[in-house]
Amino acid sequence: MEKKQTPLGYVSFSVFAWIVGLLIFFPIFWMVLTSFKSELEAVSIPPSFISFDWTLENYAEVQERSNYFKFAMNSVILAVGSTLVGLVFAVTCAWAMAFNPTKRTKDALLWMLSTKMMPPVGVLVPIYLMFRDWGLLDTRFGLIMVLFLMNLPIMVWMLYTYFKEIPTDILEAARMDGATLPKEIIFVLLPMAVPGIASTMLLNVILAWNEAFWTLNLTTSDAAPLTAFIASYSSPEGLFWAKLSAASTLAVAPILVIGWFSQKQLVRGLTFGAVK
Amino acid sequence: MSTRASTLTGRIMSAPSIIVLFLWMAVPLGMTIYFSFLRYNLLSPGMEEWIGTLNYEFFLTDPAFFASLANTLLLVGSVLVITVVGGILLGLMLDQPIFGRGILRLLVIAPFFIMPTVNALVWKNLLMDPVSGMFAWIASLFGLPAIDWFTNAPLTSIIIMVSWQWLPFAVLILLTALQSLDRDQKEAAQMDGAGPISIFFYITLPHLSRAITVVVLIETIFLLTVFAEIFVTTGGGPGLATTNIAFLVYTQALLQFDVGGASAGGIVAVILANIVAIFLIRLIGKNLDN
Repeated sequence: MEKKQTPLGYVSFSVFAWIVGLLIFFPIFWMVLTSFKSELEAVSIPPSFISFDWTLENYAEVQERSNYFKFAMNSVILAVGSTLVGLVFAVTCAWAMAFNPTKRTKDALLWMLSTKMMPPVGVLVPIYLMFRDWGLLDTRFGLIMVLFLMNLPIMVWMLYTYFKEIPTDILEAARMDGATLPKEIIFVLLPMAVPGIASTMLLNVILAWNEAFWTLNLTTSDAAPLTAFIASYSSPEGLFWAKLSAASTLAVAPILVIGWFSQKQLVRGLTFGAVK
Repeated sequence: MSTRASTLTGRIMSAPSIIVLFLWMAVPLGMTIYFSFLRYNLLSPGMEEWIGTLNYEFFLTDPAFFASLANTLLLVGSVLVITVVGGILLGLMLDQPIFGRGILRLLVIAPFFIMPTVNALVWKNLLMDPVSGMFAWIASLFGLPAIDWFTNAPLTSIIIMVSWQWLPFAVLILLTALQSLDRDQKEAAQMDGAGPISIFFYITLPHLSRAITVVVLIETIFLLTVFAEIFVTTGGGPGLATTNIAFLVYTQALLQFDVGGASAGGIVAVILANIVAIFLIRLIGKNLDN
């Protein structure tokens, strides 16, 4: 394990590890590659790896045929919207819990966590009926609310753990100098908390973007994001693999980039600070 | 610091989040519980009546319930075993010096960021299709017949897809835990002549036990309600072969419009999830005290 590795051992272990890693990554690689093929080549056997006519046609057609841009726009609005609404609630709540804790703070945090443990099917029926009665089905507003509430516990928890790391001495010093509460938050706390807030936002965008229970059940067309758009490719008559691949590649690319940047924060956010 | 005034501001500031979460969870949950005691079908509006525990009796004695409970447990159990064992192995692998380790790690965790519907359709079509899929071609290279994955082994197919998606989660968390392992302890054991296997079982694995618990509990919560992967590939079929509890509740509510029955099913799902959640919350609560 910590033994001095021979150069040969290093090289052969690296080769082995890369083979394993590439196998795990293969489905994504294959999806991206297929998106540049013609429909005919996408289903050809044996599959072609490099020697095919590379084309961007699928990307153009996905937009033309199915108005891809509309769904992508919905995804962006839902992910960003729910994140911004969540941030307003979560920052104030986490700030209060981290710097003005009461006896019940711990209970409140754990209770918030417990709402996250509730399987969505447990509330599917009433939420669906309420959405129907209030005309919220297939609206962006309704879905932003659902995604915001779904991720609020995670946002509060993440921000709480970040705020806890800020030394309270600095806040007290600011208070001594006569800073009012809003000033204390805006000029002292926020600048120190920016990295934590940024990674909380990134994680929230990822979770909202990929959410596929409520988005599939509460939308039909107007507010449908990319998760629902891709799901529409599952019907047998719509089996266009190259176009499916192109649409999928576009749908996952931005999140893959964001995800790669925030992999460290992911652990903190998804384990509620239980693993450091 | 905790003066009366600041306690009050603290309460006022945390109240909005707590109130909206309460409205979002407790109120609908209360409604689900109420509906679960009603005869309530959307196709016959105005006919709602109190029928006591009849919905539960129907749901819990329905063969579909046993099938979906078995599928749920099989799905959760298999994915847990695959991701935890795979996660430990990959975590140990990525903890070694490797050429280009940072990039390799990105490749390994990438599946976690793929949206479930994309994951499902890429696996179903590009990889597992019995005619033009990658696996069929690989099988043909070895002279083997192609497997019609979603007809002959539908639940296994779902398990494979979901495992692929959750493996990176286990890897990330276990790798984080591995990196906090005290190197001195390992070196001391090595000096005393311990081989890599006994170091793994007596030092590494005990150190990982807490992280493994967290992975198991959190994955269980999410895996109990796998939905999109089933929705876009098999639609719960063939027959009930891939219907889990979450999907069964969905079909009762939004396809058969049986609000009462679906609500009873939803409550059963909540109870199942809570059995796991109690342990998880206790564990995290202890951690909060430190």
